[in-house]
Amino acid sequence: MTDFLFYLFAALAVAGALGMLLNVRNTVAGALSLVGTMVSLGAIYVLLDAYLIGVLQILVYAGAIVVVFLFVVMLLNLRQDDFGADRLRWTKRLAVAFGVLVCVELLLVVPRALGPAAEIPADFGGYRMVGAALFTDWVLAFEVTSLLLLAAMVGAVILAKRSID
Amino acid sequence: MILLGVIVKLLFIVLVVAGLFLPLITWVERKQSAVMQDRIGANRADLFGLTLMGLLHPAADVLKLLSKEDVVPYGANRVLHQLAPVIALVPAIVTLAVIPFGGTYTLGDTTFSLVVADIDWGILFVFAVGSLATYGAVMAGWASNSNWGLLGSMRASAQMISYEVTMGLSVVGLFMCFGTLKLTEMAAFQDQTFRIFGFLEHFGLVTQLPWLIDKLTLPMWGILLQPLGFILFLTCIMAENKRPPFDAPEGESELVAGYHMEYSGMRFGLFYTAEFLEVPVIGTIVTSLFLGGWSIPWLSTADIIGGVSGVFGHGFATGLCIVMHVLSFLLKVVIMIWLQMALRWTLPRFRYDQVMDLCWKMILPLSIANVFVTGAVILFLERA
Repeated sequence: MTDFLFYLFAALAVAGALGMLLNVRNTVAGALSLVGTMVSLGAIYVLLDAYLIGVLQILVYAGAIVVVFLFVVMLLNLRQDDFGADRLRWTKRLAVAFGVLVCVELLLVVPRALGPAAEIPADFGGYRMVGAALFTDWVLAFEVTSLLLLAAMVGAVILAKRSID
Repeated sequence: MILLGVIVKLLFIVLVVAGLFLPLITWVERKQSAVMQDRIGANRADLFGLTLMGLLHPAADVLKLLSKEDVVPYGANRVLHQLAPVIALVPAIVTLAVIPFGGTYTLGDTTFSLVVADIDWGILFVFAVGSLATYGAVMAGWASNSNWGLLGSMRASAQMISYEVTMGLSVVGLFMCFGTLKLTEMAAFQDQTFRIFGFLEHFGLVTQLPWLIDKLTLPMWGILLQPLGFILFLTCIMAENKRPPFDAPEGESELVAGYHMEYSGMRFGLFYTAEFLEVPVIGTIVTSLFLGGWSIPWLSTADIIGGVSGVFGHGFATGLCIVMHVLSFLLKVVIMIWLQMALRWTLPRFRYDQVMDLCWKMILPLSIANVFVTGAVILFLERA
């Protein structure tokens, strides 16, 4: 059952990613395929017992970030002819090269590097474990990240505002 | 055996939703608004002269919607246009999977609880599924190839993400009180009572309270522990539902019908159903979090089973307890439906900028303040 669900959601994730690639000229449809990928990844996290990451994947990425993408895309109202054909050619070649490289790495290197599966602790992936780690051992990193995000937010507001009153 | 239990629970939920709430809710909306505005309300649809106080109107509506033409506008994205109503409706139903309709009971040597999926992060599941409902509105407006629809979906996406943020923050104080995110544990926590003047003893101000005052207790419901949290959460979750007074995404005076303008027949009916179905679903969420879930005030599970099983036996006592708890839960949900309908027919629609101001300038600071005050009080009580 778990295997079946894994292959189902893995296939859906890949299909969503392909949908995004093939819909590069239709930005909204591309973003909506990305939602499919995000939700499938969330389901795969849940299958891996990483419940909190799974639910945050859906809550944050699928539920909020892609909605913001869509909002911006609709606001800009991009049309098909806004994308010049030659603007994408260079990045396409680079992307194909890197994609092949990653595939080779995944197929050749990773299976050899993986050891036997580790035993999963009882409360693995729950919000208690993640919360305790985040607010005790990694509290400095957490606070620094939040400061960075705050700075980015202030910067975005200042850049977006035409005049500051 | 476990599979059988899940099937029985799913059937119960489907029957409660499809057989009780869904047909009644449109009738309740019409009749309650009629009572509030001193009108009679829908009373004409009849079957052989039998009108049943307008109860046949929901059936007539569905028949009408099913027999209408399903129009896909010119230039629309066909797939997304047809998919959007389904995506709007599914999250409302899926949410019910984690809502406990009753407590955990032991009968013989089997223990069972009246919830389909008793997951550790239950309330996060509710939020995650709810956040996906945004796509129904966004896809509908964009795929219709209509400017009104697009404006409606932009409003819907901005409003729904904003209120998701504050909705999560407004109940953090509640989680700090309960110490869990599991909906069954939350309901069990609210099955307890606390003494109103117990804090006097706790801080050593008096050594022994007088007998009568010592007996004054209140149920440990979320609404009593977090009154501000309740108001903020109810506001946010009603804004998520996009019904008046938060229906700026479909405001008919500006946007004709907003994101679902280009829908006809049953596809429009699905959007309509999703909005209406979310009213009882919101009722179940608010009941589980703030109104004690299935618990009966001043009458704990142990009291019922202990009191009745002495006379009629343990099996009868447990059965009676289950019936009482489910009825108590449904009664609270009905009260929440009444409250939402009363608010919907009392308040005029907020302007779009007022909706956003309310979210970011009032609810967000208030919920953060609520988290801080709750944390300080919990620390203070633990130290004393």
